[in-house]
Amino acid sequence: MRLPTRVLIADLSARRFTVEDRTDLFQYYIGGSGVAINLLKEYCPVGADPLGPDNPIVFAVGPLVGLYPLASKTVAMFKSPLTGNLGESHAGGRSAVAIRSAGYGAILIRGASDTPVYLSIDDKGVQFRDASGIWGIASSVTTGRIIRELETGAGTRTIMRIGGAGEHLVRYASVITETYRHFGRLGLGAVFGSKKLKAVTVSGNHGFDVSNKKFYRETYDDIYKRAVESPIMKKYHDIGTASNIMPLNLQKGLPTMNLKMTTSPEAEHISGENLAENYLGRRVACAHCPVACIHIAALREPYNKEPYFYKTTMIPYDYELIYGLGSMVGVFDEKAMLHLIDDVEIWGLDAMSTGVVLAWATEAQDKGLITQNETLGLTLKFGDEPAYAKAIEYIVKQPNEFYLALARGVDFASKRYGGEEFALAFGGNEMPGYHTGPVSHIGHLTGSRHSHLDSAGYSIDQAALKEKLADAKVVAAKLLKEEAWRQVLSGLVVCFFARGIYDKETVAKALTTAGHKITSEALEGIGMEILREKNHFKEREGFKAKELRIPKRIFETDSSLGKVDEKYVRDSVEEFYRLLYA
Amino acid sequence: MTRLTVVDADRCVGCQLCMFACNRRYGEGGLAKSAIRVRSVGGFERGFVVVACRACPDPPCMKVCPVDALEQRRGGGVVLKARKCIGCHRCSEVCPVHAVFWDDEANKPDICVHCGYCVDYCPHEVLAMKESEQL
Repeated sequence: MRLPTRVLIADLSARRFTVEDRTDLFQYYIGGSGVAINLLKEYCPVGADPLGPDNPIVFAVGPLVGLYPLASKTVAMFKSPLTGNLGESHAGGRSAVAIRSAGYGAILIRGASDTPVYLSIDDKGVQFRDASGIWGIASSVTTGRIIRELETGAGTRTIMRIGGAGEHLVRYASVITETYRHFGRLGLGAVFGSKKLKAVTVSGNHGFDVSNKKFYRETYDDIYKRAVESPIMKKYHDIGTASNIMPLNLQKGLPTMNLKMTTSPEAEHISGENLAENYLGRRVACAHCPVACIHIAALREPYNKEPYFYKTTMIPYDYELIYGLGSMVGVFDEKAMLHLIDDVEIWGLDAMSTGVVLAWATEAQDKGLITQNETLGLTLKFGDEPAYAKAIEYIVKQPNEFYLALARGVDFASKRYGGEEFALAFGGNEMPGYHTGPVSHIGHLTGSRHSHLDSAGYSIDQAALKEKLADAKVVAAKLLKEEAWRQVLSGLVVCFFARGIYDKETVAKALTTAGHKITSEALEGIGMEILREKNHFKEREGFKAKELRIPKRIFETDSSLGKVDEKYVRDSVEEFYRLLYA
Repeated sequence: MTRLTVVDADRCVGCQLCMFACNRRYGEGGLAKSAIRVRSVGGFERGFVVVACRACPDPPCMKVCPVDALEQRRGGGVVLKARKCIGCHRCSEVCPVHAVFWDDEANKPDICVHCGYCVDYCPHEVLAMKESEQL
């Protein structure tokens, strides 16, 4: 049985590569997050500059990739230039299957190049290609189009690339893959930019054998059947993640205008239903995923002065983007919102961070903490899309100290200019789109990535709409258990949307066919161990749970469950960290 | 005789489940032996092309094979006699729709046998098995 155990190490400084077999890591830590955190600890020196050559980038896949549906994700790990500690971001597209088909379990990129470079990776190793001719192309879309023509492997390759934001080291720049998927969070794009790395393409044509062909096909059919018949999967296919806008708006949990509000009568315009009925142009899937949750709007618009001259722009939308660049900045005109999503897509920025930063700047200007001197003449107002579009351009190009501060994230900007009480970041990472109650924020505070996907606190809040919310300590234990289990899923690497399908027994069965000998009982323990490793790295790099800043705004604005009780949040966070190290 | 047909490529979401299914016939994961391919038209925004054997009644791939490793299949297309194949790539080069793929590890062509296994795993009704005479 061939587990994906080979690690390709590309050194940008030396322009050399090596391949190491790391069966030790893949056998014990499964793959994905578990392997990536160990490689990160090994290769990232303590206190390394996140934008220096010492910061490695790890892309890791897992043993179920290429074997089973919905095992479609790649885990990226690096030291985050946004938070200064753990950088972890997941993306699908073709990336995971491409990496495994090229014969690798992980790809590690270290060092830095003096001149722009892109990497072309296949089973023979790495070609270091000159990218000086494409450096400075601000659009991630154009960059993708150019490299598509230069490289082989159409249909099964991945093209991960950055836009202008990554080149200009915006601390929340993203890496885009296959046009519509992103390593969005925590600034991988800036790490690419700091290494003068414009893109990485990976392609390959290796197959992978299994332990028992008949049992493999049976296990496959069981998973496949459950995937296509599951109502949750249908929800993600039909309207997509954007289907969450209306329920959250109704429950008063949709962060609106810098979380001054949690609901708006205008939310319907940016709802998944409206977008699906009037704009949806295409649905796309990651490799090996029957769901096809990627929703792309076709926005047909006339050019200003020429009659009958139209352009149609294809713009991907998801719940978090609509929150970040719609409700959070008060842009409820769906076309205006789609424009902002398109901007962020082209520059290669994290949509959530961008939205939160803009929302903070809007309120800061309104309160007089900053003036037009800082904004370079812009008056930022909720809903004003053209002003936001210009501000986004300034964030990328950083023409003055203020925009330089915005490009470092809302934590940094609010420390410098004030307004920390309404600077909505947790652990240095800008908040995702949930003000469903205390548990969403406890999750943002305690999650190793400070993201909604770490432990899905919002779902505990939403369950509490029907029955009483459990005690703070009980909730902490629940979140910890969930986050530990998610380390197993991100080891395989299975999309979190499929978490209902990949239960413990299914995972153990699938792992057997892949050549692993991990029992279902052992899985949870391994997940917890990986989570501890991740938190250990964070502490090593200076993270202190006790110093977590909690923006006051979350205690002021009513959530779906009413006022969020500060003591409850603090008690639960304390309990979480006590249990984590118990 | 039925054969594999792409009934509506516009419904294709690019999930590639057909490709994985084809490969799974050999009891393997990945895509190395897949005899059907899905690629974007030139970027995901433009949609997908499904490249599959047309089951030609007079197959060019068969005609260029120097060692007669490809034999006429009843109902169109060809059957590979793998032992005869010398891995010269001529069949894949001549196919006008590029539907003869290559298994690099075995150095043999991946030839669609029109078994219909992939059809059962297409969740979006892009593929179907149809009688050759109806087409």
